[in-house]
Amino acid sequence: MPEVIVRKTIITLEDIFHEGGPIAQKPHRRGSIASVIKNPYAGRYVEEITPFIEDLKPLGLKMAQDLIAAMRESSCAIEGYGKGAIIGSDGELEHGALWHAPGGYSMREVVENSKAIVPSTKKVGGVGARLDVPVTHANASYVRSHFDAIEVGINDAPRADEMLVILVMTTGPRIHSRSAGLLASEIKGEDGLK
Amino acid sequence: MTANKTSAKIRKLATIVEDIHLEIGKTIAPPTRRAAAIAVIENPFAGQYQQDLEDLMVIGEELGTVLGERAVGALGIEPSQVESYGKGAIVGENGELEHAAAILHPRLGGPLRVAVEKGAALVPSSKKMGGLGTPLDVPLGHKDAAYVRSHFDGMEVRINDAPRANEILVAIVVTDSGRPLPRVGGLEAGDARGEDGLR
Repeated sequence: MPEVIVRKTIITLEDIFHEGGPIAQKPHRRGSIASVIKNPYAGRYVEEITPFIEDLKPLGLKMAQDLIAAMRESSCAIEGYGKGAIIGSDGELEHGALWHAPGGYSMREVVENSKAIVPSTKKVGGVGARLDVPVTHANASYVRSHFDAIEVGINDAPRADEMLVILVMTTGPRIHSRSAGLLASEIKGEDGLK
Repeated sequence: MTANKTSAKIRKLATIVEDIHLEIGKTIAPPTRRAAAIAVIENPFAGQYQQDLEDLMVIGEELGTVLGERAVGALGIEPSQVESYGKGAIVGENGELEHAAAILHPRLGGPLRVAVEKGAALVPSSKKMGGLGTPLDVPLGHKDAAYVRSHFDGMEVRINDAPRANEILVAIVVTDSGRPLPRVGGLEAGDARGEDGLR
């Protein structure tokens, strides 16, 4: 069973006070955590890769907990989330798909009221590649005010035999959200959609 | 000091924390850690030549406190545990390079040194003009003795949506350590006296 080897972790936080409109009393907070890990399947085609999903679960849980701690928010204050992966050049896109279960379910374990699917994106990229990780409301995917994205990347990763695995969270709607659609206050929160 | 009590009009505050656990196959234990605190502010002098840059100097002083405290806080360490530091700014296209100088050089260092406790050494700096998403390599040096070779380093910072044309991005970086595997000799941190800021 491959072990998870972490070279580096990166946490980013943004507090957004305004974007040309009224200044918010409480800034909109967005955060990301990325782990640079060794890709155990780099450099060759491996048919059976699912065992790594289990290996990644403790890392996913720890990343979700660390990100919440860094955001200094109790888990119920997280309103939006997303996940993603960048696979180094000796890997394949499918390796990034291994992050779906450990990233998504770990985050939903620690975020209260998280019935919605965790939106995601992935790509193969070189050192310094940036990924726009999509964000949606954690309890109802159709909440329009929470559709967003957070750009994540680091200058020295992923190397060819590495992967970046990423979780992102937000504490509320876009700073000047005013494009109608389903409001967070209107959701039923039963099916994860509305 | 809270962000909205500054005279700067702050659009965004960001922090980046990096923990290095492994370098070229060698485990780094404890990990080396560094943090950048970044403010995106309105440039009060965008689009015009302004002879007197006092307003930006005041902003620099305030940001020395705000960003210094946020960077140290992001590492979760005591101010005295900070080992190296650096600062930098990116000015949006409607400003001028001198605006960065006015923020960084006259008054930012004083409150930053309070935030990191001591800081006898010059704060290394970099600045440039740039657009949205421009990366800036902020130089790093030991906070009490500039010649400590193990702590010469740099950290890349960037924000995808800043600086806009009328904005300035200001960054302070602090660390709890030098490079992960220093081995090029020179003055070592343990041998530094830390009195003159150099050795």
